[in-house]
Formats: sequence, structure tokens, C-alpha cells
Amino acid sequence: MNPAKAISSLSWRRGWVAVMSLLGLPAVWFGGLYLAAIGAMFVTSFWTVDSLSGQLIPGFSLVNFQSLLSGHVYIRIAERTIFIAAAVTITDVILAWPVAYAMVRLAGPRLRAAMMAAVMIPLWSSYLARVYAWRLILSHDGVLNWALSAIGLPNAHIGYSNWAMWIVFSYLWLPFMILPVSAAVERIPPSLLEASADLGARGLATFRRVMVPMALPGMVAGAISTFSLTLGDYVTPMLVGGRGSDFIGNVVYSNVGVTNNIPFAAAYAVLPLCVMGVFLLVARKLGAFDAL
Amino acid sequence: MRSETFIWAAVVAIFGFLFIPIAIILLYAFSAAPIPAWPIAGFTLHWFPDTWHDEQVREALLLSIEVAALATVMAILFGALAALAVVKMRSASREVVSFVAVLPIALPGILTGMALASYFATWGVNLSYWTIVAGHATFCTVIVYNNVVARLRRMPRSLTEASADLGADAFRTFRLVQLPMMASAIGAGALLAFALSFDEVIVTTFTAGAQNTLPLWIFGAIRLGQALPEVNVVVFAIIVFTAVPVLLAQKLIGEAGKMAR
Repeated sequence: MNPAKAISSLSWRRGWVAVMSLLGLPAVWFGGLYLAAIGAMFVTSFWTVDSLSGQLIPGFSLVNFQSLLSGHVYIRIAERTIFIAAAVTITDVILAWPVAYAMVRLAGPRLRAAMMAAVMIPLWSSYLARVYAWRLILSHDGVLNWALSAIGLPNAHIGYSNWAMWIVFSYLWLPFMILPVSAAVERIPPSLLEASADLGARGLATFRRVMVPMALPGMVAGAISTFSLTLGDYVTPMLVGGRGSDFIGNVVYSNVGVTNNIPFAAAYAVLPLCVMGVFLLVARKLGAFDAL
Repeated sequence: MRSETFIWAAVVAIFGFLFIPIAIILLYAFSAAPIPAWPIAGFTLHWFPDTWHDEQVREALLLSIEVAALATVMAILFGALAALAVVKMRSASREVVSFVAVLPIALPGILTGMALASYFATWGVNLSYWTIVAGHATFCTVIVYNNVVARLRRMPRSLTEASADLGADAFRTFRLVQLPMMASAIGAGALLAFALSFDEVIVTTFTAGAQNTLPLWIFGAIRLGQALPEVNVVVFAIIVFTAVPVLLAQKLIGEAGKMAR
């Protein structure tokens, strides 16, 4: 028996041999870099920094967490980040539904393919380009105010504000919501909608009581993306948020890059880790992982 | 009928919302003014050759392409292996692996960046070209993995069993049965992974030393308000060039969908 045969018959009889030999390399790489790094970050959050030499001092200290909880600034920043992430998620759910519904239930095959492509292009086209576009649009002498004054309305002062961040984040992550929601709508058997109509439900009642519950996993899968992407951003707040609109990410970023206080940054980053951890566990219960 | 009209009106408005900013930023590449202003006063093409001859832009572009290519190669290897393993697993352990595997894209980017920065710092690893590649390979792997797993799930197990019954060993089955079925999914995943790496900025800031990838160069220029006409041109080029692989990947995924049915 040649070695290739021997290996393959062994892996056929003992399934775990095959699994292990396939999974070994990616698991070592993934565990040794990504998971170990997340673990190390958690450990580092209990370390401190020598204020004179800037050296890391290993140990177990809660001082980073204490200064986070006692500083009102940090609590406000965390509230702002989570609140905007939630607002963006809700906005994108509302905007995704008409597109998903029209794409799956109303459009013909050609139009549907075109709409799909039209959703994919902004999804993958440069993130920075799209943020920068909005920076130009919303700025004082930008497109928005030019359009407003052209139709005789007063200028809007939403550039460099929380409103700007809400609009831009909703814009950036909308395709991440449209895709899973339309995939979920596609999986609803049309017979269920007909049955609902036969039972006397009007369009809106069918939507509310049949389509929304059945597409819930898709909505949760989209919410994982929109919520997580907003929660972990610091570039958009820097470019369109202006002063006084820091996110958790901005504090982390400046503590790593500028003040070089890695333990403090790690401690603050534990918060989004916990928020997303809970979110993901709930999402898995709701069956969103198959829709991801 | 009236509600359908209402839905289509909403759809048109939403697509307008999606594409007007892209159209505006594309237009700015041709603006003659050195500082972006609206309405655009005059048009010119001269920023294009200016940008092309900018040494910084060239270096950043080259680095971005190298990083994206390397990260994509790693992603193909790790992602495809992991996907082949996962479809063979029992449901309980499969649940765990598939939960862990999506973490790099399900967890906020700041976490990946922050975690890698502190990890490299603890090991005394200097930030370099290689730390950028390592960081990108984590989330690129997930993209390839997701694409391949989705394909393998739709592929009936009976095909590999039939191949074994006909006397093919595991390697031959892989070469003649599984690989041809996976190929376009790997291709689509690789294209998307490349596009993602090429565009990444959140994690890269934490894993890059003195090097500038193209997004890092753009970010720096916007923040400092320098070389804005060149930013417009670079951004124009990126949007035009990423549209091609994305539409190609879309086509690959779509064709495979028809094949599986």
C-alpha cells in the first residue's frame, strides 16, 4: 500500500485525523496570533506603566479600570459610542427593508442583479473615499448647504457633529444590512405570504407578523456588522465628528499612538469586547450566524 | 399598487443616498481648484499625471499591493484548510470553531488593532511590513473561509463518498472532486480579501511602523489637509479599480449558485 493510500484510509476510518491535519496549520496561526493577542490585551489591561521610564509593569492592578470609571469623560464617550452604534443599526434596518423587499419580491431577475451590483459597489469601494466625500458634502461651504440655499432654505450646521457621524455611519454600513436582510427575505417561502393574505391579513400585517419575524436572523446578522463596525471606528469621528465627539476608538488610538499607555487603552478596549461578546452570544441564539 | 409605488420611491431615494456621495467624490478628481470647493469652478486633468509622479503615492501604492497580495495568499491557504476541516467536523465542535473563526470580522476593528499592537509590544516585535501583513491576514482569512464554507456546505457529501467508492484516495478526491467545486469560491474569496486588505485603515494604523499603505497615506493627507487634489485622484482610481474585482467576484459567486441548484 502506498503512503498516500495509507494516509487517506487512516483519515477515512478516523475522521479526527483528517480534521486535525487540515485544521492544524490554520489553528496554530489563528490561535497563536489573533486569539493570543486578544487574550494578551485582556491581561495587559491589568498592567500599569512606569510614568518616568514609560516601561510596562506587569502585575495585577485595577487602576486602569478605576480611572475609567471615575472619569466622567470616559463614561460619556462610551455612552456616545454605544448610542450612535445603536442609532445607526436601527436606521440601517429601516433603510434596508424597502431595498431588500423590492429586490427580492418586486424586481425581475435582470433588475435584481443590477440592484445587487449597485449594493456591492459602495460596500467595497474605498471606506476613506466615502468618509471624505461626506466631509466635503457636510462642510460649511459644501454641497449640502449649496443645495439648501439653491432651494431657499437656511444653511444646516451639521458638519463636524454627532449628527454628521450618525449620517455617515448609517451611509457606510447600509450595504452590510441590505445583504443579509435580502438573503433572509429570499428564504421566506412565498406560500407563507399567500397564506397570510388568504387569512385576511393586509400587506402591512403580513409584513409585520410574517416577514419581519422570519427575517429576524438576517436583521441580527446585519446588526452585528453595523453595530460592531461603528463601535470600533475612530477614523470617521476624527474626519467628520470634529471636537467633542470622540469615540472609544479615539481614546484607544491616542493612548496607543500618542501617550503610549497601552494598559489603559487595553482596559478601555475591554468594554467593546464585552459588549460585542454579549451581542454575539445572543445573536447565535437567534440563529444569526447562518445568515452572516 | 399604491404601496408598491411608495416602495420603489423609497428604493430610488436610498440608492441616491448610496451613490450621490460617490459621484461627488469622483467629480472632485477633475476640479482645477487646489482646495475642494463647491460648486466646482473649473475642470482639469492635470492632477492625474501629478499624482502618478508623486513618489510617496507610488511607494504607498506598491506597499498596499504587496501587503494585499501576501495577505491574500495566506488567507487562501488558511481559509481553505479551515473550511475543509469544518465541514468534516461533528456539529458540537463545528459550532465552536465556526464561532471563533468569524471573530476577526465580527469584533470591532479597534480591538484587533489594539490587541495586535499590545501583543507585538509584549513580544518586543518591531512594527514593520510583516506586522501589517500578519494583521491583514487575520480578517482576510475569514473572508476566504466564509466563501469556501458556504460552497462546501452546498456540495453533497455523497460526491466525495462516490469518489472513494471508485477507488480514489483522499488526495485524488481533493484534486478531482473538491478542488474544482471550490475553485470559484476561493477565487471570489481571494478577490474580496484583496479588496478588503487594500482598503483597510483601522487595524493598519496599529500594525504599521513608519510605512504608509495607500489608505494610511490618504488618511494622513486628509487629516493634515495636504495634497488634497492628489487625494481626490487616488480615491477616484481606487473606486474605479475596486469596482472591477468586486463585480467579478459577484459573478463568480452567482454562477456557482446556479451550478449548485
